[in-house]
Amino acid sequence: MMEFLNFYLVPGVVLGCIYALGAIGISLTFGILRFSNFAHGDTMTLGVYITLSLVQVSGLHPLAVAPVAMLLTTGLVLGMDLAFFKPFRKSPTIMLVIASFGLMLMIRSMIQFFWGVQLHALRIGIEKMAFFGPFAILPRHIMIVGAAVVLMMAVHLMLTRTKIGKAMRATSDNPELAALTGIDTELVIRATWAMGASLAVAAGVFLGLDTHVETMMGFKLLLPMFAAAILGGIGRPYGAVAGGLVIGIVEELSSYPWIGETPLLSPGYKAGVAFAIMVAMLIWKPQGLFRGRQF
Amino acid sequence: MSAMLELDAVSAGYGETEILHGINLHVDRGEIVVIVGPNGAGKSTAMKAVFGLLNIIAGEIRLAGEAITNTPPREVVMKGVAYVPQSANVFVSLTVEENLEMGAYVSAENPAARIEEIFELFPPLREKRRQPAGSLSGGQRQMVAMSKALMLHPKILLLDEPTAGLSPKYRGEIFQIVQNINAAGATILMVEQNAKQALNIAHRGYVLVDGENRHTGTGQALIADQEVARMFLGATAERPA
Repeated sequence: MMEFLNFYLVPGVVLGCIYALGAIGISLTFGILRFSNFAHGDTMTLGVYITLSLVQVSGLHPLAVAPVAMLLTTGLVLGMDLAFFKPFRKSPTIMLVIASFGLMLMIRSMIQFFWGVQLHALRIGIEKMAFFGPFAILPRHIMIVGAAVVLMMAVHLMLTRTKIGKAMRATSDNPELAALTGIDTELVIRATWAMGASLAVAAGVFLGLDTHVETMMGFKLLLPMFAAAILGGIGRPYGAVAGGLVIGIVEELSSYPWIGETPLLSPGYKAGVAFAIMVAMLIWKPQGLFRGRQF
Repeated sequence: MSAMLELDAVSAGYGETEILHGINLHVDRGEIVVIVGPNGAGKSTAMKAVFGLLNIIAGEIRLAGEAITNTPPREVVMKGVAYVPQSANVFVSLTVEENLEMGAYVSAENPAARIEEIFELFPPLREKRRQPAGSLSGGQRQMVAMSKALMLHPKILLLDEPTAGLSPKYRGEIFQIVQNINAAGATILMVEQNAKQALNIAHRGYVLVDGENRHTGTGQALIADQEVARMFLGATAERPA
Protein backbone atom coordinates (compact mmCIF):
# COMPACT_ATOMS: atom_id res chain seq x y z
CA MET A 1 0.00 0.00 0.00
CA MET A 2 2.73 2.45 1.02
CA GLU A 3 4.73 1.46 -2.00
CA PHE A 4 1.74 2.39 -4.15
CA LEU A 5 1.43 5.76 -2.45
CA ASN A 6 5.13 6.64 -2.27
CA PHE A 7 6.36 5.40 -5.61
CA TYR A 8 3.33 5.64 -7.89
CA LEU A 9 0.67 8.04 -6.65
CA VAL A 10 2.94 10.85 -5.43
CA PRO A 11 5.13 10.87 -8.56
CA GLY A 12 1.90 10.74 -10.57
CA VAL A 13 0.58 13.84 -8.82
CA VAL A 14 3.93 15.61 -9.39
CA LEU A 15 3.89 14.73 -13.08
CA GLY A 16 0.22 15.68 -13.24
CA CYS A 17 0.97 19.14 -11.82
CA ILE A 18 3.65 19.64 -14.49
CA TYR A 19 1.29 18.55 -17.29
CA ALA A 20 -1.51 20.68 -15.85
CA LEU A 21 0.55 23.88 -15.83
CA GLY A 22 1.70 23.24 -19.38
CA ALA A 23 -1.78 22.32 -20.59
CA ILE A 24 -3.35 25.57 -19.33
CA GLY A 25 -1.29 27.48 -21.91
CA ILE A 26 -2.18 25.07 -24.73
CA SER A 27 -5.85 25.22 -23.85
CA LEU A 28 -5.97 29.03 -23.58
CA THR A 29 -3.99 29.51 -26.79
CA PHE A 30 -6.41 27.24 -28.60
CA GLY A 31 -9.43 28.96 -27.09
CA ILE A 32 -8.28 32.51 -27.77
CA LEU A 33 -5.94 32.35 -30.78
CA ARG A 34 -7.71 29.27 -32.14
CA PHE A 35 -4.76 27.13 -33.12
CA SER A 36 -2.74 24.25 -31.68
CA ASN A 37 0.55 25.78 -30.66
CA PHE A 38 3.24 23.19 -31.36
CA ALA A 39 5.91 25.63 -30.14
CA HIS A 40 4.53 25.46 -26.58
CA GLY A 41 6.81 22.62 -25.53
CA ASP A 42 9.92 24.32 -26.85
CA THR A 43 8.86 27.60 -25.25
CA MET A 44 9.04 25.60 -22.04
CA THR A 45 12.53 24.32 -22.90
CA LEU A 46 13.65 27.87 -23.67
CA GLY A 47 12.48 29.08 -20.26
CA VAL A 48 14.28 26.20 -18.54
CA TYR A 49 17.57 27.05 -20.26
CA ILE A 50 17.17 30.72 -19.35
CA THR A 51 16.60 29.56 -15.75
CA LEU A 52 19.69 27.35 -16.00
CA SER A 53 21.84 30.29 -17.11
CA LEU A 54 20.40 32.53 -14.40
CA VAL A 55 21.20 29.86 -11.80
CA GLN A 56 24.77 29.55 -13.10
CA VAL A 57 25.25 33.34 -13.07
CA SER A 58 23.57 34.13 -9.75
CA GLY A 59 24.11 30.93 -7.78
CA LEU A 60 20.55 31.19 -6.46
CA HIS A 61 17.98 28.38 -6.22
CA PRO A 62 16.15 27.69 -9.53
CA LEU A 63 12.77 28.58 -8.00
CA ALA A 64 14.20 31.94 -6.89
CA VAL A 65 15.25 32.90 -10.42
CA ALA A 66 12.29 31.23 -12.18
CA PRO A 67 10.12 34.40 -12.01
CA VAL A 68 12.84 36.30 -13.88
CA ALA A 69 13.01 33.51 -16.48
CA MET A 70 9.21 33.65 -16.79
CA LEU A 71 9.34 37.37 -17.51
CA LEU A 72 12.20 37.02 -20.02
CA THR A 73 10.47 34.13 -21.79
CA THR A 74 7.22 36.09 -21.91
CA GLY A 75 9.09 38.95 -23.60
CA LEU A 76 10.59 36.60 -26.17
CA VAL A 77 7.23 34.93 -26.82
CA LEU A 78 5.54 38.31 -27.35
CA GLY A 79 8.24 39.06 -29.92
CA MET A 80 7.62 35.72 -31.61
CA ASP A 81 3.90 36.47 -31.69
CA LEU A 82 4.58 39.74 -33.51
CA ALA A 83 6.90 38.08 -36.02
CA PHE A 84 5.27 34.70 -36.62
CA PHE A 85 1.62 34.73 -35.56
CA LYS A 86 0.24 38.26 -35.81
CA PRO A 87 0.59 38.37 -39.62
CA PHE A 88 -1.64 35.26 -39.77
CA ARG A 89 -4.38 36.41 -37.32
CA LYS A 90 -7.10 36.35 -39.99
CA SER A 91 -5.63 33.41 -41.96
CA PRO A 92 -6.91 29.83 -41.90
CA THR A 93 -5.91 27.91 -38.77
CA ILE A 94 -3.62 25.56 -40.64
CA MET A 95 -1.23 28.43 -41.42
CA LEU A 96 -0.87 29.25 -37.73
CA VAL A 97 -0.33 25.59 -36.90
CA ILE A 98 2.39 25.31 -39.51
CA ALA A 99 3.94 28.59 -38.34
CA SER A 100 4.03 27.22 -34.80
CA PHE A 101 5.59 24.01 -36.10
CA GLY A 102 8.35 25.98 -37.81
CA LEU A 103 8.84 28.12 -34.74
CA MET A 104 9.12 24.98 -32.62
CA LEU A 105 12.02 23.73 -34.74
CA MET A 106 13.68 27.16 -34.73
CA ILE A 107 13.49 27.58 -30.95
CA ARG A 108 14.92 24.11 -30.36
CA SER A 109 17.77 24.64 -32.84
CA MET A 110 18.62 27.99 -31.25
CA ILE A 111 18.73 26.36 -27.82
CA GLN A 112 20.97 23.58 -29.12
CA PHE A 113 23.17 26.16 -30.83
CA PHE A 114 23.63 28.41 -27.80
CA TRP A 115 23.53 25.91 -24.91
CA GLY A 116 24.66 22.67 -26.59
CA VAL A 117 22.91 19.30 -26.55
CA GLN A 118 24.44 17.76 -23.43
CA LEU A 119 22.41 17.08 -20.29
CA HIS A 120 22.39 19.65 -17.50
CA ALA A 121 21.14 19.59 -13.94
CA LEU A 122 19.22 22.30 -12.13
CA ARG A 123 20.17 20.85 -8.74
CA ILE A 124 23.21 18.93 -7.57
CA GLY A 125 23.46 15.98 -5.21
CA ILE A 126 21.11 13.24 -4.12
CA GLU A 127 18.01 14.06 -2.09
CA LYS A 128 16.97 11.91 0.82
CA MET A 129 13.33 11.06 1.18
CA ALA A 130 11.57 12.64 4.11
CA PHE A 131 9.67 10.09 6.20
CA PHE A 132 6.34 10.68 7.89
CA GLY A 133 5.73 7.31 9.48
CA PRO A 134 5.52 4.87 6.60
CA PHE A 135 4.81 7.71 4.17
CA ALA A 136 7.93 8.89 2.36
CA ILE A 137 8.26 11.79 -0.02
CA LEU A 138 11.11 13.63 -1.73
CA PRO A 139 11.42 17.22 -0.48
CA ARG A 140 11.52 18.44 -4.08
CA HIS A 141 8.15 16.80 -4.70
CA ILE A 142 6.63 18.76 -1.82
CA MET A 143 8.16 21.92 -3.26
CA ILE A 144 6.91 21.22 -6.81
CA VAL A 145 3.36 20.39 -5.77
CA GLY A 146 3.27 23.36 -3.39
CA ALA A 147 4.50 25.80 -6.01
CA ALA A 148 2.14 24.36 -8.63
CA VAL A 149 -0.83 24.80 -6.29
CA VAL A 150 0.18 28.42 -5.63
CA LEU A 151 0.45 29.07 -9.39
CA MET A 152 -2.92 27.43 -10.10
CA MET A 153 -4.54 29.56 -7.42
CA ALA A 154 -2.93 32.65 -8.94
CA VAL A 155 -4.33 31.66 -12.35
CA HIS A 156 -7.75 31.10 -10.80
CA LEU A 157 -7.73 34.52 -9.11
CA MET A 158 -6.57 36.21 -12.29
CA LEU A 159 -9.26 34.54 -14.41
CA THR A 160 -12.12 35.20 -11.99
CA ARG A 161 -11.22 38.44 -10.20
CA THR A 162 -9.48 40.68 -12.74
CA LYS A 163 -10.98 42.46 -15.71
CA ILE A 164 -8.37 41.11 -18.13
CA GLY A 165 -8.83 37.57 -16.78
CA LYS A 166 -12.58 37.72 -17.31
CA ALA A 167 -11.97 39.16 -20.77
CA MET A 168 -9.68 36.18 -21.48
CA ARG A 169 -12.41 33.74 -20.47
CA ALA A 170 -14.95 35.69 -22.51
CA THR A 171 -12.72 35.65 -25.60
CA SER A 172 -12.01 31.96 -25.18
CA ASP A 173 -15.76 31.37 -24.87
CA ASN A 174 -16.79 33.37 -27.96
CA PRO A 175 -14.14 35.37 -29.86
CA GLU A 176 -16.61 37.02 -32.26
CA LEU A 177 -18.85 38.24 -29.46
CA ALA A 178 -15.79 39.46 -27.54
CA ALA A 179 -14.84 41.68 -30.48
CA LEU A 180 -18.43 42.96 -30.78
CA THR A 181 -18.47 43.73 -27.07
CA GLY A 182 -15.45 46.00 -27.44
CA ILE A 183 -12.97 43.72 -25.69
CA ASP A 184 -9.42 44.63 -26.69
CA THR A 185 -8.56 41.31 -28.32
CA GLU A 186 -4.91 42.16 -28.92
CA LEU A 187 -4.45 42.88 -25.21
CA VAL A 188 -6.20 39.60 -24.40
CA ILE A 189 -3.85 37.80 -26.81
CA ARG A 190 -0.78 39.31 -25.13
CA ALA A 191 -2.10 38.33 -21.70
CA THR A 192 -2.70 34.80 -23.01
CA TRP A 193 0.87 34.50 -24.25
CA ALA A 194 2.19 35.87 -20.97
CA MET A 195 0.16 33.43 -18.89
CA GLY A 196 0.85 30.46 -21.15
CA ALA A 197 4.59 31.11 -21.39
CA SER A 198 5.00 31.78 -17.67
CA LEU A 199 3.19 28.60 -16.68
CA ALA A 200 5.13 26.59 -19.27
CA VAL A 201 8.43 27.88 -17.85
CA ALA A 202 7.30 26.99 -14.33
CA ALA A 203 6.29 23.50 -15.47
CA GLY A 204 9.62 23.06 -17.25
CA VAL A 205 11.61 24.18 -14.23
CA PHE A 206 9.67 21.73 -12.05
CA LEU A 207 10.44 18.96 -14.51
CA GLY A 208 14.09 20.03 -14.61
CA LEU A 209 14.23 19.94 -10.81
CA ASP A 210 12.64 16.50 -10.74
CA THR A 211 14.79 15.04 -13.52
CA HIS A 212 17.35 16.87 -15.64
CA VAL A 213 17.54 19.53 -18.33
CA GLU A 214 17.87 18.60 -22.00
CA THR A 215 16.87 20.22 -25.27
CA MET A 216 14.07 17.75 -26.07
CA MET A 217 12.36 17.98 -22.68
CA GLY A 218 9.61 20.37 -23.77
CA PHE A 219 8.91 18.52 -26.99
CA LYS A 220 8.51 15.28 -25.08
CA LEU A 221 5.88 16.97 -22.92
CA LEU A 222 3.91 18.25 -25.90
CA LEU A 223 1.85 15.08 -26.37
CA PRO A 224 0.76 14.65 -22.74
CA MET A 225 0.03 18.38 -22.51
CA PHE A 226 -2.19 18.22 -25.60
CA ALA A 227 -3.82 15.09 -24.23
CA ALA A 228 -4.52 16.93 -20.96
CA ALA A 229 -5.97 19.95 -22.77
CA ILE A 230 -8.24 17.72 -24.89
CA LEU A 231 -9.28 15.60 -21.92
CA GLY A 232 -10.30 18.71 -19.99
CA GLY A 233 -12.02 20.35 -22.96
CA ILE A 234 -10.11 22.69 -25.19
CA GLY A 235 -10.35 26.36 -24.17
CA ARG A 236 -11.20 25.43 -20.57
CA PRO A 237 -8.29 26.25 -18.23
CA TYR A 238 -9.81 24.38 -15.28
CA GLY A 239 -10.36 21.39 -17.52
CA ALA A 240 -6.69 21.53 -18.47
CA VAL A 241 -5.69 21.30 -14.80
CA ALA A 242 -7.99 18.33 -14.22
CA GLY A 243 -6.84 16.71 -17.47
CA GLY A 244 -3.17 17.19 -16.57
CA LEU A 245 -3.61 15.61 -13.16
CA VAL A 246 -5.55 12.66 -14.57
CA ILE A 247 -2.99 11.97 -17.30
CA GLY A 248 0.00 12.33 -14.97
CA ILE A 249 -1.51 9.99 -12.39
CA VAL A 250 -2.78 7.45 -14.94
CA GLU A 251 0.64 7.37 -16.65
CA GLU A 252 2.38 6.54 -13.37
CA LEU A 253 -0.27 4.09 -12.20
CA SER A 254 -0.16 2.25 -15.51
CA SER A 255 3.14 0.64 -14.48
CA TYR A 256 1.94 -0.42 -11.00
CA PRO A 257 1.80 -4.21 -10.59
CA TRP A 258 -2.00 -4.32 -10.44
CA ILE A 259 -2.11 -7.96 -11.50
CA GLY A 260 0.65 -10.28 -10.23
CA GLU A 261 4.21 -9.16 -9.58
CA THR A 262 5.16 -7.38 -12.78
CA PRO A 263 4.18 -3.85 -13.89
CA LEU A 264 0.81 -3.81 -15.63
CA LEU A 265 2.39 -1.86 -18.44
CA SER A 266 6.12 -1.57 -19.00
CA PRO A 267 7.24 1.97 -18.00
CA GLY A 268 8.48 2.33 -21.58
CA TYR A 269 4.84 2.59 -22.69
CA LYS A 270 3.98 5.47 -20.33
CA ALA A 271 3.87 7.99 -23.17
CA GLY A 272 1.44 5.72 -25.01
CA VAL A 273 -1.05 6.09 -22.16
CA ALA A 274 -1.49 9.82 -22.81
CA PHE A 275 -1.82 9.10 -26.51
CA ALA A 276 -4.43 6.43 -25.91
CA ILE A 277 -6.46 8.77 -23.69
CA MET A 278 -6.23 11.53 -26.30
CA VAL A 279 -7.39 9.28 -29.14
CA ALA A 280 -10.21 7.85 -27.04
CA MET A 281 -11.41 11.33 -26.09
CA LEU A 282 -11.30 12.55 -29.70
CA ILE A 283 -13.39 9.57 -30.80
CA TRP A 284 -15.97 9.36 -28.03
CA LYS A 285 -16.05 12.72 -26.29
CA PRO A 286 -14.32 15.37 -28.44
CA GLN A 287 -15.71 18.22 -26.35
CA GLY A 288 -13.75 16.96 -23.33
CA LEU A 289 -14.85 16.53 -19.74
CA PHE A 290 -15.57 20.25 -19.32
CA ARG A 291 -17.46 20.81 -22.56
CA GLY A 292 -14.79 22.75 -24.43
CA ARG A 293 -14.74 23.59 -28.10
CA GLN A 294 -14.73 20.76 -30.62
CA PHE A 295 -12.01 20.38 -33.20
CA MET B 1 -35.70 65.53 -34.80
CA SER B 2 -32.03 64.75 -34.98
CA ALA B 3 -30.89 61.58 -36.65
CA MET B 4 -28.93 59.31 -34.32
CA LEU B 5 -27.96 56.89 -37.06
CA GLU B 6 -28.00 57.44 -40.81
CA LEU B 7 -27.19 55.07 -43.65
CA ASP B 8 -26.74 57.17 -46.76
CA ALA B 9 -26.79 55.19 -50.05
CA VAL B 10 -24.79 52.38 -48.45
CA SER B 11 -23.52 49.54 -50.62
CA ALA B 12 -21.77 46.84 -48.67
CA GLY B 13 -20.84 43.18 -48.77
CA TYR B 14 -18.40 40.47 -47.86
CA GLY B 15 -15.19 40.99 -49.81
CA GLU B 16 -16.20 41.59 -53.42
CA THR B 17 -19.75 40.23 -53.10
CA GLU B 18 -22.16 43.14 -52.79
CA ILE B 19 -25.24 42.42 -50.70
CA LEU B 20 -26.59 45.90 -49.97
CA HIS B 21 -27.14 48.04 -53.05
CA GLY B 22 -27.34 51.62 -51.88
CA ILE B 23 -29.77 51.51 -48.99
CA ASN B 24 -30.99 54.60 -47.17
CA LEU B 25 -32.12 54.43 -43.59
CA HIS B 26 -32.21 56.67 -40.57
CA VAL B 27 -33.09 56.31 -36.93
CA ASP B 28 -34.02 59.41 -34.96
CA ARG B 29 -33.25 59.92 -31.30
CA GLY B 30 -35.70 58.02 -29.10
CA GLU B 31 -37.21 55.94 -31.91
CA ILE B 32 -37.76 52.23 -32.36
CA VAL B 33 -37.10 51.46 -36.02
CA VAL B 34 -37.69 47.98 -37.41
CA ILE B 35 -36.23 46.45 -40.55
CA VAL B 36 -38.32 43.66 -42.05
CA GLY B 37 -38.02 41.71 -45.27
CA PRO B 38 -37.66 38.21 -46.66
CA ASN B 39 -34.68 35.97 -45.93
CA GLY B 40 -31.56 37.10 -47.72
CA ALA B 41 -32.84 40.67 -48.10
CA GLY B 42 -29.82 42.07 -46.30
CA LYS B 43 -31.51 42.98 -43.00
CA SER B 44 -28.78 41.62 -40.74
CA THR B 45 -26.16 42.75 -43.23
CA ALA B 46 -27.33 46.34 -42.77
CA MET B 47 -26.66 46.06 -39.04
CA LYS B 48 -23.30 44.42 -39.52
CA ALA B 49 -22.39 47.24 -41.90
CA VAL B 50 -23.01 49.77 -39.13
CA PHE B 51 -20.80 47.73 -36.84
CA GLY B 52 -17.84 47.63 -39.20
CA LEU B 53 -18.17 43.88 -39.69
CA LEU B 54 -18.17 44.01 -43.45
CA ASN B 55 -16.75 46.03 -46.24
CA ILE B 56 -18.65 49.21 -47.14
CA ILE B 57 -18.13 49.74 -50.85
CA ALA B 58 -19.98 53.03 -51.27
CA GLY B 59 -22.05 55.46 -49.25
CA GLU B 60 -21.68 56.77 -45.73
CA ILE B 61 -22.81 55.76 -42.24
CA ARG B 62 -23.17 58.54 -39.66
CA LEU B 63 -23.64 58.30 -35.91
CA ALA B 64 -25.11 61.53 -34.51
CA GLY B 65 -23.73 63.32 -37.56
CA GLU B 66 -20.23 61.83 -37.35
CA ALA B 67 -19.08 59.51 -40.16
CA ILE B 68 -18.34 55.98 -38.87
CA THR B 69 -18.05 54.23 -42.24
CA ASN B 70 -15.77 51.18 -42.03
CA THR B 71 -14.85 51.82 -38.38
CA PRO B 72 -13.63 48.67 -36.57
CA PRO B 73 -16.16 47.12 -34.10
CA ARG B 74 -14.28 48.04 -30.93
CA GLU B 75 -14.23 51.73 -31.92
CA VAL B 76 -17.91 51.61 -32.88
CA VAL B 77 -18.61 50.34 -29.33
CA MET B 78 -16.56 53.17 -27.86
CA LYS B 79 -18.52 55.69 -29.93
CA GLY B 80 -21.74 54.45 -28.29
CA VAL B 81 -23.27 51.76 -30.49
CA ALA B 82 -24.23 48.44 -28.93
CA TYR B 83 -25.06 45.38 -30.99
CA VAL B 84 -26.87 42.22 -29.92
CA PRO B 85 -26.30 39.49 -32.53
CA GLN B 86 -29.04 37.00 -33.30
CA SER B 87 -27.36 33.94 -31.83
CA ALA B 88 -24.42 33.20 -29.52
CA ASN B 89 -24.95 36.62 -27.95
CA VAL B 90 -23.90 35.83 -24.38
CA PHE B 91 -20.69 34.39 -22.96
CA VAL B 92 -22.13 31.03 -21.88
CA SER B 93 -19.35 30.06 -19.47
CA LEU B 94 -19.33 33.45 -17.71
CA THR B 95 -21.83 34.26 -14.99
CA VAL B 96 -24.66 36.69 -15.64
CA GLU B 97 -22.82 39.33 -13.66
CA GLU B 98 -19.57 38.75 -15.54
CA ASN B 99 -21.45 39.09 -18.83
CA LEU B 100 -22.67 42.49 -17.69
CA GLU B 101 -19.15 43.48 -16.62
CA MET B 102 -17.90 42.58 -20.10
CA GLY B 103 -20.64 44.81 -21.51
CA ALA B 104 -18.85 47.69 -19.79
CA TYR B 105 -15.38 46.56 -20.89
CA VAL B 106 -14.48 49.73 -22.81
CA SER B 107 -15.25 51.91 -19.79
CA ALA B 108 -12.66 52.40 -17.06
CA GLU B 109 -15.35 52.99 -14.42
CA ASN B 110 -16.47 50.39 -11.91
CA PRO B 111 -19.62 48.83 -13.39
CA ALA B 112 -21.13 47.76 -10.02
CA ALA B 113 -23.62 50.64 -9.77
CA ARG B 114 -24.82 50.22 -13.35
CA ILE B 115 -25.24 46.46 -12.79
CA GLU B 116 -27.60 47.25 -9.89
CA GLU B 117 -29.63 49.56 -12.20
CA ILE B 118 -29.80 46.77 -14.79
CA PHE B 119 -31.09 44.35 -12.16
CA GLU B 120 -33.87 46.87 -11.40
CA LEU B 121 -34.82 46.73 -15.09
CA PHE B 122 -34.52 42.93 -15.33
CA PRO B 123 -35.39 41.53 -11.87
CA PRO B 124 -35.14 37.83 -12.91
CA LEU B 125 -31.44 38.33 -13.61
CA ARG B 126 -30.65 39.41 -10.06
CA GLU B 127 -31.26 35.98 -8.55
CA LYS B 128 -29.28 34.35 -11.36
CA ARG B 129 -26.34 36.72 -11.16
CA ARG B 130 -23.85 34.03 -10.11
CA GLN B 131 -25.08 31.41 -12.59
CA PRO B 132 -23.34 30.79 -15.91
CA ALA B 133 -25.32 32.51 -18.66
CA GLY B 134 -25.34 29.20 -20.55
CA SER B 135 -27.57 27.67 -17.86
CA LEU B 136 -30.41 30.17 -18.43
CA SER B 137 -33.49 29.73 -20.61
CA GLY B 138 -33.57 31.25 -24.10
CA GLY B 139 -35.65 34.21 -23.00
CA GLN B 140 -33.45 34.97 -20.02
CA ARG B 141 -30.34 34.66 -22.16
CA GLN B 142 -31.85 37.27 -24.45
CA MET B 143 -32.35 39.50 -21.39
CA VAL B 144 -28.67 39.04 -20.48
CA ALA B 145 -27.64 39.88 -24.05
CA MET B 146 -29.75 43.04 -24.05
CA SER B 147 -28.66 44.16 -20.59
CA LYS B 148 -25.04 43.55 -21.51
CA ALA B 149 -25.55 45.87 -24.48
CA LEU B 150 -27.25 48.50 -22.29
CA MET B 151 -24.41 48.65 -19.73
CA LEU B 152 -22.80 51.77 -21.18
CA HIS B 153 -26.00 53.72 -22.03
CA PRO B 154 -25.46 53.33 -25.78
CA LYS B 155 -26.58 56.08 -28.14
CA ILE B 156 -28.24 53.38 -30.21
CA LEU B 157 -28.96 49.71 -29.62
CA LEU B 158 -28.92 47.32 -32.59
CA LEU B 159 -31.00 44.17 -32.05
CA ASP B 160 -30.72 41.38 -34.60
CA GLU B 161 -33.88 39.23 -34.40
CA PRO B 162 -34.21 39.31 -30.60
CA THR B 163 -37.15 36.89 -30.63
CA ALA B 164 -35.67 34.28 -32.98
CA GLY B 165 -36.21 30.79 -31.62
CA LEU B 166 -38.28 31.94 -28.63
CA SER B 167 -41.72 30.64 -27.69
CA PRO B 168 -44.68 33.03 -28.30
CA LYS B 169 -44.85 33.75 -24.56
CA TYR B 170 -41.24 34.90 -24.40
CA ARG B 171 -41.62 36.72 -27.73
CA GLY B 172 -44.24 39.02 -26.25
CA GLU B 173 -42.08 39.52 -23.18
CA ILE B 174 -39.05 40.52 -25.27
CA PHE B 175 -41.11 43.03 -27.31
CA GLN B 176 -42.38 44.44 -24.00
CA ILE B 177 -38.79 44.77 -22.78
CA VAL B 178 -37.81 46.52 -26.01
CA GLN B 179 -40.61 49.03 -25.44
CA ASN B 180 -39.58 49.49 -21.82
CA ILE B 181 -35.95 50.23 -22.56
CA ASN B 182 -37.04 52.56 -25.36
CA ALA B 183 -39.29 54.38 -22.90
CA ALA B 184 -36.27 54.63 -20.61
CA GLY B 185 -34.47 56.59 -23.34
CA ALA B 186 -32.76 54.07 -25.61
CA THR B 187 -32.85 54.52 -29.38
CA ILE B 188 -33.35 51.14 -31.04
CA LEU B 189 -32.83 49.67 -34.51
CA MET B 190 -34.20 46.15 -34.73
CA VAL B 191 -34.31 43.44 -37.39
CA GLU B 192 -37.27 41.06 -36.96
CA GLN B 193 -38.82 38.03 -38.59
CA ASN B 194 -41.98 38.41 -36.55
CA ALA B 195 -42.74 41.45 -38.66
CA LYS B 196 -46.27 42.25 -37.55
CA GLN B 197 -45.55 42.20 -33.81
CA ALA B 198 -42.36 44.17 -34.34
CA LEU B 199 -44.00 46.82 -36.53
CA ASN B 200 -46.71 47.14 -33.91
CA ILE B 201 -44.25 48.51 -31.36
CA ALA B 202 -42.15 50.42 -33.92
CA HIS B 203 -42.29 54.12 -34.62
CA ARG B 204 -41.16 53.48 -38.17
CA GLY B 205 -40.19 50.54 -40.33
CA TYR B 206 -38.26 49.74 -43.46
CA VAL B 207 -38.91 46.86 -45.83
CA LEU B 208 -35.75 45.62 -47.52
CA VAL B 209 -35.85 43.31 -50.53
CA ASP B 210 -32.76 42.06 -52.35
CA GLY B 211 -30.52 44.59 -50.62
CA GLU B 212 -32.66 47.58 -51.63
CA ASN B 213 -35.25 49.76 -49.92
CA ARG B 214 -38.74 48.61 -50.97
CA HIS B 215 -41.12 50.37 -48.56
CA THR B 216 -40.81 52.71 -45.67
CA GLY B 217 -43.32 54.27 -43.32
CA THR B 218 -44.68 54.24 -39.81
CA GLY B 219 -45.14 50.84 -38.24
CA GLN B 220 -48.94 51.07 -38.52
CA ALA B 221 -48.83 52.26 -42.14
CA LEU B 222 -46.66 49.29 -43.12
CA ILE B 223 -48.99 46.85 -41.37
CA ALA B 224 -51.91 48.40 -43.28
CA ASP B 225 -50.11 48.30 -46.64
CA GLN B 226 -51.60 45.64 -48.90
CA GLU B 227 -48.41 44.63 -50.66
CA VAL B 228 -46.36 44.49 -47.47
CA ALA B 229 -49.06 42.45 -45.82
CA ARG B 230 -49.21 40.05 -48.73
CA MET B 231 -45.45 39.65 -48.91
CA PHE B 232 -44.36 39.45 -45.29
CA LEU B 233 -47.12 39.52 -42.76
CA GLY B 234 -48.55 36.11 -42.17
CA ALA B 235 -48.19 35.03 -45.79
CA THR B 236 -44.63 33.77 -45.58
CA ALA B 237 -45.52 30.25 -46.77
CA GLU B 238 -46.75 31.57 -50.10
CA ARG B 239 -43.55 33.44 -50.81
CA PRO B 240 -42.17 32.34 -54.21
CA ALA B 241 -38.98 30.35 -53.86
